Amino acid sequence: MNWFTKLLSSTLGRKVLMALTGLFLILFLVVHLIGNLQLLHSDQGQAFNIYARFMTTNPLIKTVSYVNYAIILVHIVWALLLTIHNRKSRGPEGYAVTNGSSAWTSRNMGILGTLILIFLVIHLKGFWAEMHWGGISTVTYDNEVYKDLYTVVDKAYTMEWYVAIYVVSMIALAFHLWHGFISAFQTLGLNHSKYNGLIRFVGRAFAIIVPALFALIPIWMYLDK
Amino acid sequence: MKLDSKIPEGPLAEKWTKHKFNLKLVNPANKRKYDVIVVGTGLAGASAAASLAELGYNVKAFCFQDSPRRAHSIAAQGGINAAKNYQNDGDSVYRLFYDTIKGGDYRARESNVHRLAEVSVNIIDQCVAQGVPFAREYGGLLANRSFGGAQVSRTFYARGQTGQQLLLGAYSALNRQIANGKVKMYTRTEMLDVVLVDGKARGIITRDLVTGKLESHSGHAVLLCTGGYGNVFFLSTNAKGSNVTASWRAHKKGALFGNPCYTQIHPTCIPVSGDHQSKLTLMSESLRNDGRVWVPKVAKPGLTAKEAKNIPEADRDYFLERKYPSFGNLVPRDVASRNAKMMCDEGRGVGKTGLAVFLDFTDAIKRDGKKAVEAKYGNLFDMYAQITGDNPYEGPMMIYPAVHYTMGGLWVDYNLMTTVPGLYALGEANFSDHGANRLGASALMQGLADGYFVIPYTIGDYLAGISQEKVSTDRPEFKEAMDKVNNTINTILNIKGKRTVDELHRELGLIMWNYCGMSRTDAGLREAKGKIQQLKKEFWSNVAVLGSNNELNQELEKAMRVADFIELGELMVDDALNRTESCGGHFREESQTPDGEALRNDDDFSYVAAWEFKGENQPEVLHKEELNYEFIKRTQRSYK
Amino acid sequence: MNLLNGLKEATNNMKITLKVWRQKNNATKGGFKVYPIEHVSTDMSFLEMLDVLNNDLVRKGEDAVAFDHDCREGICGMCSLYINGKPHGPQQTTTCQLHMRSFKDGDTITVEPWRAKAFPVIRDLVVDRTAFDRIQQAGGYVSINTGGVPDANEIPIPKKIADEAFDAAVCIGCGACVAACKNASAMLFVSAKVSQLALLPQGKPERKERAEKMVAQMDAEGFGACTNTGACEAECPKGISLTNIARLNREYLSASLTSYEVEVKGGD
Ligand SMILES: Cc1cc2nc3c(=O)[nH]c(=O)nc-3n(C[C@H](O)[C@H](O)[C@H](O)COP(=O)(O)OP(=O)(O)OC[C@H]3O[C@@H](n4cnc5c(N)ncnc54)[C@H](O)[C@@H]3O)c2cc1C
Ligand code: HEM
Ligand code: SF4
Ligand code: FES
Repeated sequence: MNWFTKLLSSTLGRKVLMALTGLFLILFLVVHLIGNLQLLHSDQGQAFNIYARFMTTNPLIKTVSYVNYAIILVHIVWALLLTIHNRKSRGPEGYAVTNGSSAWTSRNMGILGTLILIFLVIHLKGFWAEMHWGGISTVTYDNEVYKDLYTVVDKAYTMEWYVAIYVVSMIALAFHLWHGFISAFQTLGLNHSKYNGLIRFVGRAFAIIVPALFALIPIWMYLDK
Repeated sequence: MKLDSKIPEGPLAEKWTKHKFNLKLVNPANKRKYDVIVVGTGLAGASAAASLAELGYNVKAFCFQDSPRRAHSIAAQGGINAAKNYQNDGDSVYRLFYDTIKGGDYRARESNVHRLAEVSVNIIDQCVAQGVPFAREYGGLLANRSFGGAQVSRTFYARGQTGQQLLLGAYSALNRQIANGKVKMYTRTEMLDVVLVDGKARGIITRDLVTGKLESHSGHAVLLCTGGYGNVFFLSTNAKGSNVTASWRAHKKGALFGNPCYTQIHPTCIPVSGDHQSKLTLMSESLRNDGRVWVPKVAKPGLTAKEAKNIPEADRDYFLERKYPSFGNLVPRDVASRNAKMMCDEGRGVGKTGLAVFLDFTDAIKRDGKKAVEAKYGNLFDMYAQITGDNPYEGPMMIYPAVHYTMGGLWVDYNLMTTVPGLYALGEANFSDHGANRLGASALMQGLADGYFVIPYTIGDYLAGISQEKVSTDRPEFKEAMDKVNNTINTILNIKGKRTVDELHRELGLIMWNYCGMSRTDAGLREAKGKIQQLKKEFWSNVAVLGSNNELNQELEKAMRVADFIELGELMVDDALNRTESCGGHFREESQTPDGEALRNDDDFSYVAAWEFKGENQPEVLHKEELNYEFIKRTQRSYK
Repeated sequence: MNLLNGLKEATNNMKITLKVWRQKNNATKGGFKVYPIEHVSTDMSFLEMLDVLNNDLVRKGEDAVAFDHDCREGICGMCSLYINGKPHGPQQTTTCQLHMRSFKDGDTITVEPWRAKAFPVIRDLVVDRTAFDRIQQAGGYVSINTGGVPDANEIPIPKKIADEAFDAAVCIGCGACVAACKNASAMLFVSAKVSQLALLPQGKPERKERAEKMVAQMDAEGFGACTNTGACEAECPKGISLTNIARLNREYLSASLTSYEVEVKGGD
């Protein structure tokens, strides 16, 4: 086996891939959040729609977003492979009684991830697919025609069930990150008594603040209608 | 039979060097033609197996645990001696030699002990090179402590887990050779007999403990590194599996057994808590550096640790400090143990059983603060609390002596060969270099000396002199030995009696402890002999072992070991009866000074008692190896 | 010092119900059996309580419960019982150091063997942990022969480093980390050895090869991948820290990227 495939097929290598893709997704979340925050401008969606077009047409951003899809895919596929491998490692017989001494989030990354995945599907179908191929209405700012994604979003957020799904999913994401952020550093071996405190703090703060801001937007818009 | 110790001629300090030169060598290309069987992979066995494999011999190694890393050596706490003189406090090879001889109450061979002191320095180098994390000073150099009352700091240690770290070092060297294919390791495999061909040890019979399958293994030499036999007392600080079976079966095949009655009783163990007790836990001797040992001046039956605070200073008897003003609480193990027993025999013992004395840290805590005491002994205090349920920071600890180490074992010559050609004994399994009493931190040293630095030289001398031809395990000698083992197993399984193995083992232990323990008398020993013979009959007619041979059968394993312990027990009693002097760990009440100290008799007993097996239920025959002291003048030990 | 707080008054009259996994051998199916046991003393160790049970069983003509143990001092790593849903039971110590004062009169205690694909059951509560040995054989050593080594004080090692290496070296190879982990991952065990030798100057020359070989063997044995749940650290009787796992990740990653190819032998 070539050293690279060997690395990737080892349990440690697979974990490294999870961590790298996870960290990339964390970065993506930041970018995505900045965009979403445009929804909160009281400008009937102008900032948001400009941003949305920029994101879907700029060639550089387009490339980045394809990379992003690939990374989500890798993260998901590897998560599946790892989870199956780990299930098997327990062996044929399980315990009759377990009295776990680890954190709930750490033991349920698969379930949390699946929740996120379901959300992603709904989310992508609702907005991303609409943006690309949907018969979406247009608006004009400064003589330029833009697709009016804002209205699609705004409409979606008038539906309680949609807002509820969004909020629940963000809670799942928060839990996923609560463990995942710090875990990724551990996986990459980035661990030093001088910086562990910082990583822990940033990780926990990130896990709360970012999903909270994401969740805030639909709630805000729902209440604001 | 004439015992030839093969001690080389010449000045003490040159004996080993000269001897190494005179030993025959096996040509490097020929080494791979020899197979060596190593039974036991504790410190002695693992170090020997690894070193021999590195030289090129093919090694087969065996242990009864599931991994070599679990050998009983792992439990050693305190440390390992070496004459490095890193502390510049006047240590030297000669001083280590002298202390060890004196500590052993002048019942060890000068030549062997000097060699031990010489190679002690190499052991530390070797272990450090393996990555053993010994304690270090801030400057990065190795730290030492003084141990067991030695007047120099020569003990190297790895917190309270020195044995563990040394064994893991040897285990790693062994692993490397297993990976290289030079050692074939058999775990969960117990040796049940030695096979002799033409009078030489040429193989062993083993039982696979998982499947029960008996197997024959042949080789050019057999090394027994199977540890000590303290478990003859049932309660001891040894691991539950420690046993005499390998040594005993070898003894029955012609290897003489040296000084079987020399037993070391360690003074600082956690007392027995009830009939359920399965083993005793040692607490490092270092506790006596700060703890003061006492009992009430007048008997107070049932006195607890909590109530101890209420006993005024004037009503306490710090008996070690009173009797031995210069060494105080730091007298050697045998002296400390015997005195604790004397107090309890007088009825002044404490605790619910009356078989305990206090070890009090109140003064140390007052003097140095609780923090300092915790830093030094925290893990020991925790262990004590865990086991006893008492808080040692609030009241004194209770301690009582327990069987800890056996100085006796298979008799070996200077080359570590037993009286059977080709059969060697290393580590605690041989009658060793500790005379009648072992000093702290010297068993680890001896085990590793034997394995790393003695056997690799001496075995070549023997192998070079025998044919390279391998013997087949199809030979009748193997078949016969295997049938015998099979018979023993079937006999035990077919008794289907009423007494469990543990019950009988406890009974043996009690007899040994009461009559052949810390102090011994002629009448008591005679009584013990009768009782042991009785017990042997009871065992062979009434032991209950269920199940079959073809499975993991832990009761069967135990039963076979206990059967051997019973026979050994009788020999220990014989040996103790014969030795009417007191020396080291062997205290005959008939032989004491006016103030109750052990009284040696150099005129009549300056010898190693080596016993020869003459057949089932026959009296064993005593052979004597005179101990000639050419270099050291013997004195009565005094710690006053 | 937490263990000192909960100390209870001694009694020797507890009634305990034991639910014990019984399995004749690896080829047959196992199941639980229930044994009531009386007059249990708080001073007994858990294993002594099992001794009492076994002696009773043998007297009644039933096979004794097989379990691994040897030193009964918390250092050999042989004892290995999964008690009430935790490896080594409710306290962070070895099974042999667990005492019955940690339980209450009337308790039901479930006792199971370690469960992992790489630790097949041999009988009752005894499992086969030789996978651990094979991992050590893959590289858990410094390649030096006996003799011909430098003086022990030739290479000074900062006390901090020596202490850190020691903290990793105290692993007793019990396998509680694997038993506790939902993924049956052996990372804590492997990382302890890799860390010890990566920290010490003596182990440095082979550190890359060692990390690669030991991890390859760990994978070949069928242990799971670590997802950093921390159950191992929480249950390790010797307090081996997760920091070691991070160090192993680092060692392995840098070895993979920079080492020369190493030959890897498959396990079984
Ligand atoms: C609690 C305690 C603390 C101690 N502390 C110290 C200390 O601080 N310093 C010091 O110097 N000494 C100390 N000692 C003594 C020292 O640990 C031992 O004497 C020494 O480790 C013995 O090593 P060994 O290799 O001879 O035997 P062991 O380590 O006992 O190894 C015996 C080996 O033989 C195998 N074996 C036995 N019988 C058979 C058989 N029939 N078939 C196959 N294999 C078999 C076992 O599996 C094992 O591998 C201590 C002892 C105890 C009990
Ligand atoms: C925006 C979305 C996501 C982000 C930011 C994210 C982030 C992370 C991070 C940082 C980790 C830690 C990696 C490590 O431990 O080294 C992780 C682990 C994990 N993720 Fe995600 N993830 C996301 C989506 C998903 C999805 C959609 C799934 C699955 C369907 C998923 C499944 C998992 C699983 C199972 C783990 C645990 C694996 C392990 O720790 O080894 N994640 N994730
Ligand atoms: S890391 Fe801890 S739990 Fe795992 S084997 Fe070592 S001592 Fe046992
Ligand atoms: S029996 Fe040795 S650690 Fe428990």
